[in-house]
Amino acid sequence: MLPVRRAFSTSARRALATVQDAPPVRHYGGLKDQDRIFTNLYCRHDHGIKGAQARGDWHKTKEILLKGDNWIIQTMKDSGLRGRGGAGFPSGLKWSFMNKPGWENDKRPRYLVVNADEGEPGTCKDREIMRGDPHKLVEGCLVAGRAMNATAAYIYIRGEFYQEAAHVEQAIQEAYKAGLLGKNACGSGYAFDVYVHRGAGAYICGEETALIESLEGKQGKPRLKPPFPADVGLFGCPSTVANVETVAVAPTICRRGSAWFAGFGRERNQGTKLYCVSGHVNNPAVVEEEMSIPLRELLEKHCGGIRGGWDNLLGIIPGGSSVPVLPIKACGEVLMDYDSLKDAGSGLGTGAVIVMDKSTDIVAAIARLSHFYKHESCGQCTPCREGTTWLMRTMDRLVVGRAHHREIDMLLELTKQIEGRTICALGDAAAWPVQGLMRHFRPEVEARIDKFRAEHGPVLFGGQLKSEVDFSLAVPDNLGGSLVDAPKQTRV
Amino acid sequence: MLRLSSSSSRRLLNAASSVVRTVESRGFATTGARRADITLTVDGKEVTVPQGSALIQACEAAGASIPRFCYHDRLAIAGNCRMCLVEVQRSPKPVASCAMPAMPGSVVFTNTPLVHEAREGVMEFLLANHPLDCPICDQGGECDLQDQSMRYGSDRTRFHEIAGKRAVEDKNLGPLVKTSMNRCIQCTRCVRFANEVAGVEDLGTSGRGNDMQIGMYVEKTLASELSGNIVDLCPVGALTSKPYAFHARPWELKKTESVDVLDAVGSNIRVDSRGVQVMRVQPRVNDDVNEEWISDKTRYAYDGLRFQRLTVPLIRQGDRFVSATWEDALNAVAQGLQASGAKGDEIKAVAGALADTESLVALKDFINRLGSDNLTTDQPRGDEPPVHGVDIRSNYLFNSTIPALDKADAILLVGTNPRHEAAVLNSRIRRNWLNTQMEVGLIGEQIDAIYRYDHIGTDLKAVDQFVAGKGAFAEKFKAAKNPLIIVGSAVAEHADGAAVFKALSTFVQKNKDRLLTPEWNGFSVLQREASRTAAYDIGFVPSTKSKGVKAKFVYLLNADNITPDSIPENAFVVYQGHHGDAGAELADVCLPGAAYTEKGSTWVNTEGRAQHGRAAVPPPGASREDWKIIRAVSEVAGVTLPYDSILTLRDRMWEIAPSTVKYDETEPTTLDISAAGLASMAGLSAGKASGVPFRKPITNFYQTDPISRASVTMAQCTRSFVDQANIADDAKLAAAQTA
Repeated sequence: MLPVRRAFSTSARRALATVQDAPPVRHYGGLKDQDRIFTNLYCRHDHGIKGAQARGDWHKTKEILLKGDNWIIQTMKDSGLRGRGGAGFPSGLKWSFMNKPGWENDKRPRYLVVNADEGEPGTCKDREIMRGDPHKLVEGCLVAGRAMNATAAYIYIRGEFYQEAAHVEQAIQEAYKAGLLGKNACGSGYAFDVYVHRGAGAYICGEETALIESLEGKQGKPRLKPPFPADVGLFGCPSTVANVETVAVAPTICRRGSAWFAGFGRERNQGTKLYCVSGHVNNPAVVEEEMSIPLRELLEKHCGGIRGGWDNLLGIIPGGSSVPVLPIKACGEVLMDYDSLKDAGSGLGTGAVIVMDKSTDIVAAIARLSHFYKHESCGQCTPCREGTTWLMRTMDRLVVGRAHHREIDMLLELTKQIEGRTICALGDAAAWPVQGLMRHFRPEVEARIDKFRAEHGPVLFGGQLKSEVDFSLAVPDNLGGSLVDAPKQTRV
Repeated sequence: MLRLSSSSSRRLLNAASSVVRTVESRGFATTGARRADITLTVDGKEVTVPQGSALIQACEAAGASIPRFCYHDRLAIAGNCRMCLVEVQRSPKPVASCAMPAMPGSVVFTNTPLVHEAREGVMEFLLANHPLDCPICDQGGECDLQDQSMRYGSDRTRFHEIAGKRAVEDKNLGPLVKTSMNRCIQCTRCVRFANEVAGVEDLGTSGRGNDMQIGMYVEKTLASELSGNIVDLCPVGALTSKPYAFHARPWELKKTESVDVLDAVGSNIRVDSRGVQVMRVQPRVNDDVNEEWISDKTRYAYDGLRFQRLTVPLIRQGDRFVSATWEDALNAVAQGLQASGAKGDEIKAVAGALADTESLVALKDFINRLGSDNLTTDQPRGDEPPVHGVDIRSNYLFNSTIPALDKADAILLVGTNPRHEAAVLNSRIRRNWLNTQMEVGLIGEQIDAIYRYDHIGTDLKAVDQFVAGKGAFAEKFKAAKNPLIIVGSAVAEHADGAAVFKALSTFVQKNKDRLLTPEWNGFSVLQREASRTAAYDIGFVPSTKSKGVKAKFVYLLNADNITPDSIPENAFVVYQGHHGDAGAELADVCLPGAAYTEKGSTWVNTEGRAQHGRAAVPPPGASREDWKIIRAVSEVAGVTLPYDSILTLRDRMWEIAPSTVKYDETEPTTLDISAAGLASMAGLSAGKASGVPFRKPITNFYQTDPISRASVTMAQCTRSFVDQANIADDAKLAAAQTA
């Protein structure tokens, strides 16, 4: 018996050898202080050049510049940095589009455009960067600009960010005075200028081509792509639009090496990230953390946990207003990175975590987002212009339950008609929250409809009460007034 | 604030460095080497299109029809209606085919469930806020939205929101364009047309999202000579024709293809008529002439065809006209001719702007048979031989041809305002100016142009200066590869006309290598009257000896731009024409002719392009086709003309001027003959400079001829667009008088 068992176990051990040799499951999160990139996020220290230099900014920038465009772009590629503005496109690759073969023969000026029009509800990370670490951004402009051989950078700051614009402006002035910018930036022989442009506070101007239009002095309406900005961008010249955070982390990555940065987070989701947590947590905060940190740990470690404990949680919007909401079950499992959230049916977006506890009227919350997108749609293309308004109106009715059961499916169908049919991503952004709501909270919506119906009698499509309609007049026959309801499904 | 992307690009470019300018202009150039072809697959069918074509063009080439609202092949691409979505292999989302360049090797599907579903979705959204008032909408029957909803729309709506549909305030765009903004689907075709083609840069969009509106923000009228085209462009009934409102449905109308005669461009038109009435005039596509546009006068002066018409022959008795039979009227003419005792050049013919080529030929033959060479036109100095002569065509034609305006890189305008003399042609200048770095210079009275120009001077001195190579514009002109001089028809009527032609032709001779090559003729004369080129072609001009002869018998053929004092006292005057206008007032006998929509006739435009005008409706009352009237007059006068049918008359035209019956083409003058023409003008004796500035020949674009003067619509336009200043003055005067 025994030898047999031993023999069996040996063979078993051999078969499972790979499992035993596998590295232990890595736990993400718990970024150490020495690994933080943004060291004055809370503006507790001097945001001016003295303080910034004391924190390591502008240290040997000249050497970085002298290493040339290819080196910087390769470093970015190796670091695995993905755009921090929401779409998550690999930054090194994006920057390399500016240096197509033969770009030297193109005599047009070239621009880096920094998107500081932080308008996504729930997002407040760029604001903190510009307030506390403006020199990181300015230095980032220079480094990123050098990588794409840009002649100048435009920083498009949201109009409401007054103090932030002032701090960035101050940082630019200081940098010019110290010879870090200008004709001979940092003494490297490279000429580079940085300009600040303040927007007028339209959410759509955060879309890259709308931002370019707005910079050019036109209405902020997204352009058609192609041509992409890297070919025809700002003032008809090659341009690249990048988020503040993406640009601001570039100098540190160049100084500390791509391997250091790539050491954080899961494969394809490397680096550190600013998370902005708002809503029903005990201490809402903007915090720099490692990518792929579990959402629950992020909330409990940095924000004091959910108000009233984890079980009081209703749902979380993990990436700013334009991504679908996650229910409590998913919230306990997901990691805060691009891929994990995508798998969970949501997205990392800008990393703006909006926490809602059980006191939240989730339907009203999503309806509020629909209002926002209706208000911010530029009106250029049909599905978004007409669709966002329609969604808003229907959502408003669903808040009180003044609707017909079948209208939920119609609403979902409408979101599908908007999604992917528009010029820019605002249409998608308007559609996703509604889809997320229906995916996870449909029973709640149905309950409201039932409740309203119990109080007021049947409701026709479009929200009219059946009792208010005089059917002796010519009324369309497709209002759902005479629909016999299917037997109610019992949900477990 | 209200501009769309392309409109301010020019301004922007000027501000940018010169490096950017060259690159930009090269990028936009419409000419240039023929681009390579690419091949792609549409619905399983291989199709080859030029590189740079839009995907929608490739699909059309493959025979797949793509629904669209915002896309228009003569306007910039907006890509905002999303109706033209197609499926492209390896693309996760459906693609707007108007905005996507065709890529070699791509595989496109236009008829898949995904495509249908996408288009149906877009259609549902478009209809959600559309009022669906088709029964009372003038666009009904020719509405893109109506047509496409038959295929992609649902038979009933899902939009029942209690909040209701969007309501938008109607805008007042003037007497021509009626707005019903509730119907607008924000395709921005009108905005793009106004900005790119018409040069009205204040039409745009305001507001955003569902509250976006088309308009001018500050309410004002659409002051453009091309504004009527936005009615055609509008795919729905948001912009409709005000004069035509509620008059007819498209399926009731008979469509006749014809040409316009209210300027010398010869725009191709389609006359829509119901019974004996012209209901409206629409453009017809001809890329060599008017592309797809026509001017507002062309489009809206048709109601003038109903008013002030001469329908029966009239004989003057004392101070009033008495209607008569044709027989009596013709006899009265014959008697008048005899009684006047006119001999030789004392018999004078005056041809006006609306005389067709056939009747000009008949009249010339008739007058010549009576022994006279006194064939004049009703323009200023029309009773002298024109300074440029008529022996060589290139001396009075628009030699470069209209399409070549796109190639010119410097244009000098002399004594002309193309905006009013040839509005459609003017839009080509604007397009070229917008898209390239073309420069425009002007000698003459300042004009309200739709492009920026260098004003060189107002009189002969400026011409001399330019010819001498002095001034900034002369430098630019020297650097140009395809320079073009456009001389207005008013220059020949000017006291210094000979001097101008002399100076300019000498200049062209000196710069032959650029201005007169086998590929390029840079000397063009812009005529402004539809009949003038034909008159010159057939030699309808006075001889030198007939000048100054006191006429005893005057035959006015559509001559309405004459002054009473140009007709000698006691002369017997016959007026033949279709309107009781200035000419008829002076007549002893009026012979009622047919207007351009009522006769089949030949019209030669400013390029020398002969085109057929066709009869859409019969001439009213007893009026007859003009050449037949002259033929009848010749018979009673005892000098019967030898042609009895239009065909034999056209044989006669072929004999004296073959180009007038070579329809639809321009016959370029050969290099040697052009050079000889220039030499003849260079040899003109200039005389002493008068120093009088060159004036614009047209002060009121909307009322230039008997038809537009009789038109109510044109009178309204005059009041809204021309007389604003005068009205204000009148009001001031009235206030002063009452005080």
